[in-house]
Order: sequence, then structure tokens, then C-alpha cells
Amino acid sequence: MLKVENLNVYYGVIQALKGISFYLNQGEVVALIGANGAGKSTTLKTISGIMRPREGSIAFNGEEITSKPAQDIVKLGIVHVPEGRRIFARMTVLENLYMGAFTINDKAQINQDIQEMFERFPRLAERKNQLGGTLSGGEQQMLTIARGLMSHPKLLLLDEPSMGLAPLLVDQIFEIIQTINEQGTSILLVEQNAQMALAVSNRAYVIETGTITIEGDGDDLLKNDSIVRAYLGA
Amino acid sequence: MKKLNKKALRVLLVIGKYARWTVGIALALFLTWRIYQVLFVQQAFTADTWLRFALSGLILGGMYALIAIGYTLVYGIMFMINFAHGEVMMIGAFCCYFVFEALRFIPAPIAGNPDLVFLNAYPILSILIAFLVGMTVSGFSGYFLEKIAYRPLRHAPRLILLITAIGASIFLQNAAMLLFGPQRKNIVNPDILTRTAGWTIQVAGKPVLISYTGAFSLILSALLMIGLYFLVQKTKLGRSMRAVAQDQDSAALMGVDVNKVVSQTFIISGILAGASGVMWGIHMGLVNHITGSLPGIKAFTAAVLGGVGNIPGAMLGGITLGVIESMGPALFGIDFQLKDVIAFLTLIIVLIIRPSGILGEKLTEEKL
Ligand SMILES: Nc1ncnc2c1ncn2[C@@H]1O[C@H](COP(=O)(O)OP(=O)(O)OP(=O)(O)O)[C@@H](O)[C@H]1O
Ligand SMILES: [Mg+2]
Repeated sequence: MLKVENLNVYYGVIQALKGISFYLNQGEVVALIGANGAGKSTTLKTISGIMRPREGSIAFNGEEITSKPAQDIVKLGIVHVPEGRRIFARMTVLENLYMGAFTINDKAQINQDIQEMFERFPRLAERKNQLGGTLSGGEQQMLTIARGLMSHPKLLLLDEPSMGLAPLLVDQIFEIIQTINEQGTSILLVEQNAQMALAVSNRAYVIETGTITIEGDGDDLLKNDSIVRAYLGA
Repeated sequence: MKKLNKKALRVLLVIGKYARWTVGIALALFLTWRIYQVLFVQQAFTADTWLRFALSGLILGGMYALIAIGYTLVYGIMFMINFAHGEVMMIGAFCCYFVFEALRFIPAPIAGNPDLVFLNAYPILSILIAFLVGMTVSGFSGYFLEKIAYRPLRHAPRLILLITAIGASIFLQNAAMLLFGPQRKNIVNPDILTRTAGWTIQVAGKPVLISYTGAFSLILSALLMIGLYFLVQKTKLGRSMRAVAQDQDSAALMGVDVNKVVSQTFIISGILAGASGVMWGIHMGLVNHITGSLPGIKAFTAAVLGGVGNIPGAMLGGITLGVIESMGPALFGIDFQLKDVIAFLTLIIVLIIRPSGILGEKLTEEKL
């Protein structure tokens, strides 16, 4: 479904990605794990079109999307939920959700989806007319995910969805990830919480300073000693 | 040495903290005293004169507000001050002039009046055409201004954009002078909107004229502002404009075409400035290449006054500035020629007391 080949991405003169290649099959959850600054977010930004690679290619369902602008990539069904709760702070929860459905023109569909999001995240329903910037961190995180789901993505790029959440909420978020996946959305998951990420994912890649060093099944990596030592803190 | 500096700095900070309050209280006291003097002690003006000042201030303020909204919309999205915006308004005023002139050349004779021209035979239609042409041409001007002058510099430092905007302003002024000549042109309205015609009301035993052109301008600017507010708050286009203003990357990730939204913002700003220009033409009756210059700076002042980036702020700032400018000289007992000075002085004072403007939020690092 997604095929990334030999990505080289720079911030000015700093090379953030040094020849990254990986793939993702329809229906899979694939995890990208790695230390801070390894290049995980940069990988997602390049796929979703807010960064341009200097070299390499990205194909989605056989179609080359490397040089497409971000708004066209969304229309193909790739939705990037960025890290750090990038909600629209001066818009209400409801308006944020409407923004998520920007590519959808069917009003009835949008309203039905909003109801569904409110069932999934009851906290958002209670605060639907509150400004995004006044939500708590965890609520903002729920809102970014709900907003991303509003456009019915085929592939969801999730960047650290559990960051800064209370343990109970982390469990809830991972449950939601699994539900979304079971309903047919493929997921590329970037996570610091490697334990959880590996548990829900079919396969995983480990990124170190801009290159992929290890790849394998989620379960296998969980048993891999060096990974356990480096990322699981055991 | 270093220690001394630190101490000096701390003293300065303390002074700075109280200076704002001191200035504010001193000003408030002075204003109260002054207003008391003028209104109750000297009684130089009677109620009818004050009403006249207030009315002309409101009318002017409406026009300022429409232009100020353009500054604020563009600033909200690109964090730049579009100094050529006043010239877009001037283009609107010229459109008004040319449409009225052209329609005066079209004969529309009727039985009783063989000399009747289109302008007077169908005055409402003529005015409508003037607004349509003015708003369309100004809208396009805004669009091309961004496309030609600003878009190539989207990622350049902000100072460069600012200088480009000043350059574009000078260019448009000179182009208008070359094309239409430097002398002021009289705009002759359709007969029903003659500038001296209007309703007369009695205040304090004296007649006060509410001119048709003024009432018309004021009502129209109010309607346009309500329309704009609705557009920004309630429509998908408005939502995408606000989204781009808040976070361009996130907006793009939702599927918003950021370039298109920037263009749309410039078009909307241009349309409003164009409407303001046509009103200016109808109400003031004179136009030449520098017509947009002073209103442009005033409207920029108004936008800053209200809190740049904030739409209700621009509206409030525009009206406030118009009223202050027109009532200020009488209120402070100074020469009427100094009304422009009062406008800018108000800006300076507001910026000292409330640097973010009346309704403005604190500017974050990201926006500076
Ligand atoms: N805007 C930027 N300008 C310059 N360098 C950047 C920028 N963004 C990221 N980098 C650099 O690129 C490298 C990869 O960053 P990236 O954000 O992809 O890391 P990450 O794996 O997502 O880390 P984290 O787990 O901390 O989110 C880092 O060395 C970072 O310093
Ligand atoms: Mg990251």
C-alpha cells in the first residue's frame, strides 16, 4: 500500500533522513520506533507532504506521491496526525472536527461522523463548544486523533498519540488504534512507548539517526534483547 | 560593572511597570479635565455641532473599518503589513469616478426630458454598477498584488516583504498618476445622491443635515462588516482562513490549499477596500492618485488600535479612529487642521498603555 524508497531529507544543511526505505501492506499496523531526534517525525512529515525529500520516492497504492502538495495527499486518503497536539487553538472542538472533514462535501455524512467521534470520545462531546486551546493536554490529543479520523483515512500516520497521557488514557488510545485498524484503516505508528506500540503492531522498524537499523515482527522485536535494553528500559 | 547593569535594569523595569499606569492615569485626568472645560465651562459648541462631528466621524470610521479589516486579514495569515492596501482602495475610488463618467455619456431620453442620461435615469442601477466594478477591480488588484509582488517572497524574511509592500504602494500611486494625471477629479453623483441633499433634523433649535451619501455609506459599511463576520465565522471558506492563520501546516494536513486561501484573503480584502473606495468617491467626491494614501495609513492605524489580526478589533478601531479624528479637535480645543495628528497620537497613546491594541491578544513569539 505504502512504499518508501531511499528517502533523503534535509533541514537546511542538516541531514535528518539518510536513505530510509520501508513498506506497509494494506490493513497493517506498522510501528516506527527510535530515540529522540532519530527522524521519526521527519519521516511522517515527508510522507504527508509538508516536507520535501531531496532524494527518494514515496508511492501510495502504486501512485507516485513524492512531489504532491500536502492537500492533495490528504485527498488520496493519507492522514497525518502530527505530534504535539496541533489543534486549532482558537476554534471550538466542533470547528476543529469540521476542519478535519475539510475534504468531505457531504454534510449529512460529516454530522454522522461527528456523532460517532463524540461516542468514541465522550469528553469531546461535553466540550464541543469550548475553544481547542482551553482543553487539557489529553483532551487535545483526543481531538487531534478525532479530527484526523473525520476524513475517513485509508492510511493513518500517527505521531506519538500517547505522549503525555495518563496510563488509563494511554490504554484507551491504543484500544482506539486497534479498533480503527480493525475497521480497515492501515496505520503507521510512531511511538516512544515501544512496549505498547510493538504489542499492537504487525511489524516494526527501528530508526537510529536517520537510518533504519532493525526491522521485524512486533512480537519478535519485543523479544530482541538490544531493543528491550535500548527502548523498553528493561 | 555587570552588577551595576543588573541593578539599573531592575530599576528600569520597575519604572516601566509603573510608567504605563502613570501615563494612563495622567491621561485620564487630563482628558476628563479637558472635556469638562470644553463641554461645561467654555461651551464653544452646541449639541447640533457635536452631532455633526459625531456623524461625520461615524461615516468616515465605517470606511476606515472596511480598509482596516483588509490589513488585519492579511496580517492574520501572512504576518505582514500590506502597505499597498490603501492604493487598492484608491483603485476603487477611481472605478467609481470612471463608471459615473461613462454612464453620464449614455443618453437615456424620455418624453419629458430629452437630455436625460443613464446615470440619472437609472441611478440605483448606476450606483450598483459602480460598486460592482469597484469591488471587482479592487478584488483583482489584491489578487494580483499578492501573486506578483508577495508570493515569490513567501519564505523571505518579513522585513523584505514589508519593503516590497511599500514599493508596491509607491508603484501603484505613480502608475495611477501617469495614467490619470495628478489633478483631482470631481466625482459627480447621480442626482438622487447629491452631496448636499439629505434629511434635516432639529437639534438644539438648529438644523442638522444627515446627508444621503453619508447615511448610505454608513449603512453599507455596516452591512458589509456583518457579511464579512458571517463569512469568517460560519462558512467553510472562513473556517479555512482561520485555520491557515492559526497553523499553516496543520491546515494543509486537513486538505486546505494554503496558497488558495492566501489568494482568497487578498481578494476579500481587496473587495472590502474597493467598496470603501467607491463610498469615499460618492461621499467625498474627489479622487486622484494619492486618495488612498492617508485613508490607508489611518486604516492601518485603526487596525493596530483594535489589535492587528483581530477582525472585530479592526472594525472597532476604524469607527473609534473616525470619531476621534472628527470630534477630537473640538474636544481638545485645538486647530481642526491637526485632526490627523490626533489620530496618530491616539495610536501612540494606546500602544503605550496597551501594546497589543484594544482587543488584541498578546503577540506570541511565533507571530513576531
Ligand atoms: N525544523 C527543523 N530544523 C532543523 N532541524 C530539525 C528540524 N526539525 C527536526 N530537525 C532535526 O532533525 C532530526 C530528526 O528530527 P525528528 O523530529 O524527525 O525526530 P523524532 O524522531 O521525531 O524525535 P522525537 O522522538 O523527539 O519526536 C533531529 O536531529 C532534529 O534536530
Ligand atoms: Mg517526533
